[in-house]
Order: sequence, then structure tokens, then C-alpha cells
Amino acid sequence: MNTAFPGLLHDSGKDEQQPVFAEPWEAHAFAIAVKLSEKGLLKWSEWTDALAEEIKEAKDQGNPDFGNTYYQFWLSALETILLKKNILKKSDLKSMMEQWRRAYLSTPHGNPVKLVKYK
Amino acid sequence: MNDNHTSPPSEMELKVKALESLLVEKGLVDPAALDELIDTYENRVGPKNGAKVVARAWTDPQFKAWLHEDATAAIASMGFTGRQGEHMKIVENTNVIHNLVVCTLCSCYPWTVLGLPPVWYKSAPYRARAVMAPREVLKEFGTEIGKDVEIKVWDSTSEMRYLVLPERPADTKDWSEQKLSALVSRNSMIGVEKARLPEES
Repeated sequence: MNTAFPGLLHDSGKDEQQPVFAEPWEAHAFAIAVKLSEKGLLKWSEWTDALAEEIKEAKDQGNPDFGNTYYQFWLSALETILLKKNILKKSDLKSMMEQWRRAYLSTPHGNPVKLVKYK
Repeated sequence: MNDNHTSPPSEMELKVKALESLLVEKGLVDPAALDELIDTYENRVGPKNGAKVVARAWTDPQFKAWLHEDATAAIASMGFTGRQGEHMKIVENTNVIHNLVVCTLCSCYPWTVLGLPPVWYKSAPYRARAVMAPREVLKEFGTEIGKDVEIKVWDSTSEMRYLVLPERPADTKDWSEQKLSALVSRNSMIGVEKARLPEES
């Protein structure tokens, strides 16, 4: 492990074989932003500005930012921009997260989690 | 421990699930399209594309001239088009210039030819030190650059994305494009390493 750049393997051949996304949610956060930009709901330059702002904020707060928290910034930027543009409402997001939490808790272990609407 | 339910995932995972559900409900996002996009970047697009571009530039002077003139078009002629492949610029290493690419603000990167960036490219230490101490950074990647060689650092943005054309290794005179492309690592096209030597391939 390289101390200056954690996550860097010296053998670039192996480095290239590292998975692109560490967890599935990273892949989904990535894909949502790209698709929204393709639909014209956000301009890419607008997106990189929002992402740069999250990264700067994290740095100001003392986050060492070794690259492994990159998709957390990505997700925060996505949330911020969707709320700012009024594409989503904060209250809807909060309640949808709660529905997903409950869906996980009510799903027997080992079964796929599906969202059930609580009306 | 209660094994009767599936433990809720992290806040991040819940948030992505919630964002996706809401956007799908509004018809702004299609789950199948998301899966297809993810598969593309996990399995289909990567530095092998860039390696083919470099190998062609090494063997075809006309193509190399086109790359310098209009990298976006030259690369597109090989079928590598699409997201983050617009506004490409080629920077060529020589015996007096070594080029290094960074994105100091976020992680702008030429996806069509390199795939998505590695973890270290997205880290604060790389973003900061590539600009302030490029020679040291290169050393940490095991790359020694002679004192008489100038290091140029290029800051990628959403408007301009750079691809390094590494120097063709010696003793590869009769090599085919395909054989040469195996010498071109992702890191050599970011500029933190040189192309592999024939004996390393």
C-alpha cells in the first residue's frame, strides 16, 4: 500500500483490474447523474461545479479525501442539485428513504428487498 | 441478533434507492437504462480503448498528426465516441517533455478512452500534489524523470480532457499495432508512468 495514495497499487496492471465501483449504490448514483444530464435536466458543467463544491466543502471540514469517499460527494452533489432545481422535494426524499428502510426491515433475510407502498 | 429481516443498508444506499425510486416514478429515469450504463462502464469501456489509440499513433504518422489537430475526431474515427469524449486534447511525451494529467477540482477524465478514473485520481493528495510536486508524485509511482526533462501538468475540466501520448519504447520497431497496445497502461496515458518496456509485457 502506498501511503501517499491509499488505493494505489504499484503494479498498474493490477490497479487496472480494481472494480470500477466499490459498492452497487456508487454505480447507481453515478448512472443517475449521467442519465439526468443526457436528458438535459442538468448541464454537465453545472454538475462538475456542484461536485467540485462538495469536494471543497469536505476538504474544508478536514476530510482527508483519499478518493474512496468520492461517490459520497457525488451523491451529496446529486441530492443538492435535485433539491435546488425543485426536481425533488426534501420531504418526499425523506419519506421515500423511510419506506426503503421499512422494506428492508420487513423482508425476510435472504429475500430480495422490494418496496411496498404504505398508504 | 435478529435474523428474520434484512438489515437496512447504509444511509447512502437508502438515499440512492430513494432518489432512484422517486425519479423513476416521475418518469425521469429508466431503471433498465441505468443498468445498461453501469454495465458499460464496469465491463465494456476502459483503458484498452486508449491503448489502441496510442498504438495507432505510434505506427501511423498521419493518424498522429490528425490526433494533434483534432483529437476528438481522430479518436471518434476508431469508434470511441460518447460521454466525456468530447473536447479531447492529446499531449505528447518526448525526450524533453513529460506530460501529467490531473483534475484539480473534481475528476474530469476522458471516459471514452480510459473508462472511469481510478481511486487515487479522485483523491485530494493527487489533485493537490500533482500540481505542486509532480516530480515527487511521479517518483511515488516508480517513475523517474530526468532533470533535463520538463514536466507539464494539465488540468482537465469539463471543457477540455487530456490524454497523454507516451513515448514509444525502444526495440519495438517491427511490432504490430495490436502487440504495441499491450505496452500502453492506463497510468501511462494519465502520465504517472511510462509505457511498459517490451520485456515487461
